[in-house]
Amino acid sequence: MELNSSQKIAQLTDLYRQAATQSTTTLRDEIVGKIYQTSQELSEKSVNYDKRKTTWLDKNLDQILTSKTFGFPIMLLMLGIVIYLTIAGANYPGVAIANLFSVVEGWLTSLFEWMHAPDWLYGILIEGFYKGTSWVVTVMLPPMAIFFPMFALLENFGYLPRVAFNLDRFFKQSGAHGKQSLTMTMGFGCNAAAIMSSRIVESPRERMIAILTNNFVPCNGRWPTLILLAGLFMAAGFSGGMNTFISAGVVVGIVLFGIAMTLFVSWSLSKTLLRGVPSHYTLELPPYRKPKIWNTIIRATLDKSVFVLKRAVVVAAPASIITWILANINIGDTSILQHFVGFLDPFAQSLGLDGFILGAFILGFPANEIVLPILLMGYLATGSLVDVDSMNNIKDVFLAHGWTWLTALNMMLFSLLHYPCGTTMLNIWKETKSIKWTFAAFAIPTGIAIITTFIIAQVVRAFGLV
Amino acid sequence: MNKRIALAGNPNTGKSTLFNLLTGLKQHTGNWPGKTVAHAEGELTTEKATYQIIDLPGTYSLYSNSEDEEVARNYIIFEKPALTLVVLDATSIERNLNLALQVMEMTSQVIVCINLIDEARRKGIEIDAKKMSEQLGVPVILLSAREKIGIIQLLKTIDNMMERKITTKPFQIAYSDEIEQKIKQLEPHIKKVFGDDLPTRWIALRLLDNDQSLFDELKSYLGQDKQTSIEKVIYSNKERSYGA
Repeated sequence: MELNSSQKIAQLTDLYRQAATQSTTTLRDEIVGKIYQTSQELSEKSVNYDKRKTTWLDKNLDQILTSKTFGFPIMLLMLGIVIYLTIAGANYPGVAIANLFSVVEGWLTSLFEWMHAPDWLYGILIEGFYKGTSWVVTVMLPPMAIFFPMFALLENFGYLPRVAFNLDRFFKQSGAHGKQSLTMTMGFGCNAAAIMSSRIVESPRERMIAILTNNFVPCNGRWPTLILLAGLFMAAGFSGGMNTFISAGVVVGIVLFGIAMTLFVSWSLSKTLLRGVPSHYTLELPPYRKPKIWNTIIRATLDKSVFVLKRAVVVAAPASIITWILANINIGDTSILQHFVGFLDPFAQSLGLDGFILGAFILGFPANEIVLPILLMGYLATGSLVDVDSMNNIKDVFLAHGWTWLTALNMMLFSLLHYPCGTTMLNIWKETKSIKWTFAAFAIPTGIAIITTFIIAQVVRAFGLV
Repeated sequence: MNKRIALAGNPNTGKSTLFNLLTGLKQHTGNWPGKTVAHAEGELTTEKATYQIIDLPGTYSLYSNSEDEEVARNYIIFEKPALTLVVLDATSIERNLNLALQVMEMTSQVIVCINLIDEARRKGIEIDAKKMSEQLGVPVILLSAREKIGIIQLLKTIDNMMERKITTKPFQIAYSDEIEQKIKQLEPHIKKVFGDDLPTRWIALRLLDNDQSLFDELKSYLGQDKQTSIEKVIYSNKERSYGA
């Protein structure tokens, strides 16, 4: 007799109930145990291991890299070395590029004089567009061309999953999902991509925490800012290798602060708005693979450095023209740019920044890559013109606008903590489909950035440290 | 309709590399309906035919632990691909075999693909494919998608499996007497409900494991029964009219 579908469902339901009574608490373990045992027996018969070819390192590398004692020091050391080499190495190509640009600028200037070009055209094209763009390339290309390939090598070698493994227990303790350590490490590359990757966290509560806290680690667009400012301001009293060493230490410190903030905010959220118990999961460490070294270096240089630089230049070019125009069109007796900056300045000063910096962060909302370029455009357009002939000149630009180490530190912190970039916000909206949470993703970091820089600025000034 | 081939495997086994190699640029990507799990589908043309390849999410098992696992499990059980390729990492066969054994409980049309064989050889791991194939009762192919080793043999085996030139007898795990007893008792009743449509032994095991998510899926599968049979008629009419 053929049953109809509702009879079948009724019968299935019976069977499900009946089976449930037969089920025991150890049944799942028994099944899984048996599968593992069978796998082992089968592979023993058909797989042969040549012991001579497995080295001591193969067997023990993970024990070392993820050990409770050495895991963290090694992590800090790796990050420190990468950043040290970046700061130490970026100077030489920077000078070379700067020289090249200033030679070309000389030619262009002669060309314009020969053509009897009007002053405003020279102003827009050379002092606005050319100078602005060449500053961006000079300042950003060298650190990126060193940092990204090195980071990519670590990544392709398989080290990042070990970082995630080391951090895993901290996330669990802060009430978040352990996999958040993975989405966080991904954020070191790009926060927008990391937001997408938070899909690997299955529970909606924990995924939301991962999304809301992702921007507290610096992405590709922010690394150059951090590295550059640390190199210029953070070890002013020291010279040579010691200078670089301290600068690198400061960047490592900033990154650690970002991670601590990630954990702290995750913990706060899981105790308040997003309450719950962390779910259980297994983290597999993929095998180490020897990266194809040249391949990785070339890919990282082309894909990442050129990509970031392109984004920066594409925006910097028109921005430099607009900034130049804004700086040269006056309303009353001050330029439009001065009005805008002047409006922001009092608030920015209380955060240890200035109106230009805050303005650059606001205008740089589409992408973090363009914050520094916009800032430079702004400074360059307001009279204190400096020729691009050495890397140290960029420091003069900043100093001419009253920068101290406090300005640099707070700009680094603001860059680390502030709202996510436009692309990331868009992805957050797409992933959460909620205005409330998208707004939270904007407001929480911004609030923290303002509070942190405010406290630091007030304390430093109260103690008369600057 | 082209015959469908599902690609299953643990994460980090080079499954996607193999998928890209087999399908080239003929891919569609998106999400599984109603899920936040990535879905990729592509076409493979061999000497004999063109197949549709579906890249299942990479998983460690096929229980209902996560959305990924449910998607992969549902596809194999309810969508019944003509063939399932299970991709294993040659450098950790022991751990990867778990998934192959689970798939072999669900369907008999299985090819085990042992990927990253070049890396395994470098590490001094030798795999006896013939012996493993005898043990498992399904074809076992050693390959490296990255270095394009063993691909021709894989394509031939796919064709032969599709044409039923190779018959498989997938190895079944023997559980404890107590569990086996319970399975035996449930199986005939399950057969009454599902006939030969779904793997009864596997369903018995899942029910004994009290798998609520699968139970819900089974119910909706039965509920759709009428509808799908009508759809099938429409489909076959369509196919006929295409042929004419």
